[in-house]
Amino acid sequence: MLSRVANSMYWMSRYIERAENIARSMEVNSHMVLDMPGEELKEWGPLVTIMGDHKVFLERYENASQENVIQFLAFDRSNPNSIISAVSAARENARIIRPSIPTELWECINALYLYVTRKAVSQQVFASPHEFCQVVKSSSHTFLGIMEATMTHGEAWHFFRLGRTLERADQTTRLLDVKYFILLPTVDYVGTPIDDIQWAAVLRSASAFEMYRQHYGVIQPDQVVEFLLLDRDFPRAVLYCLNRAEESLRAISGTHEGMFHSLPEQRLGQLRSEFMYMRVEEIISAGLHEFLDNTQYRLNVVGQAIFDRFFSLHPNG
Amino acid sequence: MRFDDYDTGAFYDELFEAPGQPRPCARILMERIHSLPETEIRSRQAAAEMALLQMGITFNVYGAEAGTERIFPFDIIPRIIPGHEWEQVEQGLRQRIKALNLFIDDIYHDQKILKDGVIPREKVLAADSYRKACQGVNPPKGIWCHITGTDLVRDLEGKFYVLEDNLRCPSGVSYVLANRQVLKRTFPLVFPKANIRAVVDYPSHLLQTLKHLAPNNHPAPTVVVWTPGIYNSAYFEHAYLAQQMGVDLVEGPDLVVDGGYVCMRTTKGLERVDVIYRRVDDDFMDPRVFRPDSLLGVPGLFEVYQAGRVALANAPGTGIADDKVIYAYVPRIISYYLGEEMILPNVQTYLCDEPEDQAYVLEHLDELVVKAANESGGYGMLIGPHSTKEQQADFAERIKAAPRNYIAQPTLSLSRAPVIVDNGFEGRHVDLRPYILYGEDIYVMPGGLTRVALKKGSLVVNSSQGGGSKDTWVLAQ
Repeated sequence: MLSRVANSMYWMSRYIERAENIARSMEVNSHMVLDMPGEELKEWGPLVTIMGDHKVFLERYENASQENVIQFLAFDRSNPNSIISAVSAARENARIIRPSIPTELWECINALYLYVTRKAVSQQVFASPHEFCQVVKSSSHTFLGIMEATMTHGEAWHFFRLGRTLERADQTTRLLDVKYFILLPTVDYVGTPIDDIQWAAVLRSASAFEMYRQHYGVIQPDQVVEFLLLDRDFPRAVLYCLNRAEESLRAISGTHEGMFHSLPEQRLGQLRSEFMYMRVEEIISAGLHEFLDNTQYRLNVVGQAIFDRFFSLHPNG
Repeated sequence: MRFDDYDTGAFYDELFEAPGQPRPCARILMERIHSLPETEIRSRQAAAEMALLQMGITFNVYGAEAGTERIFPFDIIPRIIPGHEWEQVEQGLRQRIKALNLFIDDIYHDQKILKDGVIPREKVLAADSYRKACQGVNPPKGIWCHITGTDLVRDLEGKFYVLEDNLRCPSGVSYVLANRQVLKRTFPLVFPKANIRAVVDYPSHLLQTLKHLAPNNHPAPTVVVWTPGIYNSAYFEHAYLAQQMGVDLVEGPDLVVDGGYVCMRTTKGLERVDVIYRRVDDDFMDPRVFRPDSLLGVPGLFEVYQAGRVALANAPGTGIADDKVIYAYVPRIISYYLGEEMILPNVQTYLCDEPEDQAYVLEHLDELVVKAANESGGYGMLIGPHSTKEQQADFAERIKAAPRNYIAQPTLSLSRAPVIVDNGFEGRHVDLRPYILYGEDIYVMPGGLTRVALKKGSLVVNSSQGGGSKDTWVLAQ
């Protein structure tokens, strides 16, 4: 397939996944603040820190009020990690590859784009973001369903899955990190009902609450971390994502398992095997935040290697 | 919603013989429309517009902020052409395309028509669209204009005329296909009764036409559509046609000349391309041969083409045959190459580089339509009766300064068709662009794009100037 088309397939998929994650975090946060006693815990600031760029936010907004944060994360076109930016970019990429994707897929993205741009000018989202977040999430699910059910699972589809799984792995590390930022100023709350509410919120932002309950029952921080990072079967867990990403990468290049012929295969393989043989105790004792930070950095390295190998007009690597 | 007060005016109306009297071809439709309440008609119009928006059938507006999109305005009342009238049009178009193709081939080879003095040599060789680089080129199977969109109009009596030939990269066919798709949902009960000829197979015909051009009769050639990119006003169409044909849509940077062949950059390295349906103008295809400042182009492409190792549709150089000065000679071109009388007539045309014609044009600027010889899309035009004294004076200067660049035609009383407006139905002027494919044989799409000037009284149907479109029904005999 054309390199340019592969590139857009990959990014279209990443951007839709990103939009869904922002929407889910926004929704969960809006519910969580309602359960928090006292004003000081009704925090929207941490969301900005993990989803976007705090510095950019502070330059443009006075404080992290619910309205400002929603504006920034949902509708601010100057924020490259807002829902509207992600959906616009996904649509732009979908336009580029329109001949290569099912018509229904294009129409799904286009409808989402029209919806988000319409909502960007209406005020009602700020008070209650619930419906808006629902639509973004379910559009993303429809999008995935169309892809699974109507697109040949060939090279293009593997680029699509590669983009989605890498983005999702990155987003899951960010969701876990939000807990770190919430906890930071308030160590006293550890082990209290508030802690329980917050960890449950983290699970919900990853759509992981029910699955976690079935697996572990009681909410315990180390088990939440284990579930979201190291589970092999839960589709939003980082290890699961890395496994699927590697399968797709191998399907694209035709390399056998356990071997590598290119830089992206090598870098992704290294990251994945580290996750495969990691214990949650090691992660926590070495520092969760540092671990997450490092994982995000290495996911970027993989992304760059994929670009150089497959999308660049002057391939190398 | 009813047509009782519908005023056909002093024009040929496509659907009505006289006020209150639908043409036979429109009766089934009229019965249906009259059976529906006004709210229902309006909600179907709104649903059709919503469907086009959801499908993303939009065009980009030049001059506006990058990425400004609009839907091409659409009116759900179709334009209907009876089968026997269409047969005549179809024959006329076949004849015209055949002759124009012979003309282009002759111009880039022996120039017999110039030697025989049928057309003055300088009129051809001085045309902006004449491409010296194409001299001596032999395109595959001797075909130059594979895809043509010919603009037709009707006069007061309902007689069809050719207004303009488009032999470069005519656009609009995707709207024909989309309009039909939407209208089938709008009038599902009319279709089974009305015997409307299908247009849905156009992409299959197009693919066949393109495959027919493959170098060395390659049995499974790689065909691509070449677009200038997503900001081009016809991007939707490029993407749509590529999708419907199941071929890759490429941009300039995807293509490269390697080892004497045109290749595209894929995730698995370079892959050879055999046939390119290019929606990029001649000038921008190859900076080594045409405009050196072109960033869209593929250096070396033309050389591969000359060597017969890649096919281009349409062939470079076809623009010479849709120059508006050459247009005036088409009747003579048809009789010269085919020895036949022209079936579909031309509109009377004054050539401003002929002294007598020029004098007449300058005296009658307030009555005539003046067009730039090498422009399209409704740009560079003066519509005499709708123009100011200043505009006329401006055009007089331009004509005197560069007479070869201008032609003039009488202002036609274009036919009209009803459209939905705020208080019922009103007549608006329409034209028709059928699409013709020249491959193993000549295929004429039944119908084509009916463009409608939505502004009251306006004669300009171009989408860039407030035009919209309608579905076009050609009825089976």
